[in-house]
Amino acid sequence: MVQPLDYLPETPSQTAGPYVHIGCTPNFVGIHGIYAEDLALKPFPAEAPGERITVTGSVIDGTGTVLRDVLVETWQPGADGRFGPGAQGFCRMPSSLETGEWVLETVKPGAVGPNAPYIALWIVARGINIGLQTRMYFEGDDLSSDPLLTRLEHQNRIPTLVAKKTGDGTYRFDIRLQGEGETIFLDM
Amino acid sequence: MTLLPRKRDGHPPAHTPGYKSSVARSPSRALISGPASPTELSGPTFGHELLGKLDNNLVVNFTGQPAIGERIIVHGRVLDEMGRPVPGALVEVWQANAGGRYRHKKDGYLAPLDPNFGGCGRTITADDGSYEFLTVRPGAYPWPNGPNDWRPMHIHFSLFGPSFGQRLITQMYFEGDPLIPRCPIIRTIADPSAIERLVAPLDMNRAMPMDCLAYKFDIVLRGRRQTMFENQMEGM
Repeated sequence: MVQPLDYLPETPSQTAGPYVHIGCTPNFVGIHGIYAEDLALKPFPAEAPGERITVTGSVIDGTGTVLRDVLVETWQPGADGRFGPGAQGFCRMPSSLETGEWVLETVKPGAVGPNAPYIALWIVARGINIGLQTRMYFEGDDLSSDPLLTRLEHQNRIPTLVAKKTGDGTYRFDIRLQGEGETIFLDM
Repeated sequence: MTLLPRKRDGHPPAHTPGYKSSVARSPSRALISGPASPTELSGPTFGHELLGKLDNNLVVNFTGQPAIGERIIVHGRVLDEMGRPVPGALVEVWQANAGGRYRHKKDGYLAPLDPNFGGCGRTITADDGSYEFLTVRPGAYPWPNGPNDWRPMHIHFSLFGPSFGQRLITQMYFEGDPLIPRCPIIRTIADPSAIERLVAPLDMNRAMPMDCLAYKFDIVLRGRRQTMFENQMEGM
């Protein structure tokens, strides 16, 4: 016999379900009066330094259908590569109930350590049994020495992690859950 | 500091045909592991000034008048895999009303809305990781999956610990509910002992006489590890 390794196992995940908005963005679905406003509508105050960018995106299932009940959360450093204070850098975005699009108005993150600048994403919805982690890098940045991207076996999948520049300060980032062009999801 | 690797066999896999919505929404390629950066290891912090006085009281936080249903306290502690309390964690909950109906335009179940029940609450864990809510016990309800599938009584929980990589959403079930073993969403978890960890026992030590019953639900987030050996100089 040996001593037991008495660590605790992580609580199992369960899907966020179709009504995740009630808990995470109640005002967005018309439940007013409980919280003055929904959490983390904007990642940074207007006066935060850095390049202002707007990223528009959607999440698409294996049949090509856009999810209209998805919740996307983002976490990133400021333009200087530092985190916080408080909840600065965190944004919670329910996709449009009509179009499925979400819009992130933020500052372009600075690089952290050897990593190319990126924003971390966490995606939950009905049908997603455990939240999906991924990253969004930016077209036009030097990605050639990023520690994650350089070690990927399938280099042809890197574009799934890169937001496409669509104009001055605007980007597009579509997340494909399954099939052709499937986004790289992470376990780290 | 690092996060302990997630033990995926204690979680549902992505593709679970018994829960039909997962079929087209599950990644088919392997998840990629790599070096987490400070972005995954850090996270936003939420102060108690975020909270309104009634945020964790779902019985009255919608209109000020009490919701209909069986009054219950739901309480527990948020810990990490090392068994350490997680203070300052944001805990958000949402649920159906006592009849099994959500306040959401996509829910058309026969059971009526309760004009005094909104269905959400939140709190931040204390220094010992503890949290508590006062709410009404949610009803079971049918849902479109198989021809006659019903969700057991449940409360959805969203957990935000100190690391973005610890982010977790789960559901709490109630001791003794005969719908638990029949639920296709619960059955996405293969390990029976993992399912048991989602079932909150009746806790008469916290029930209040002539007022409410109580259920205890402890939650474990991924472990955060920091040892002196991880801080050693490069090359040592």
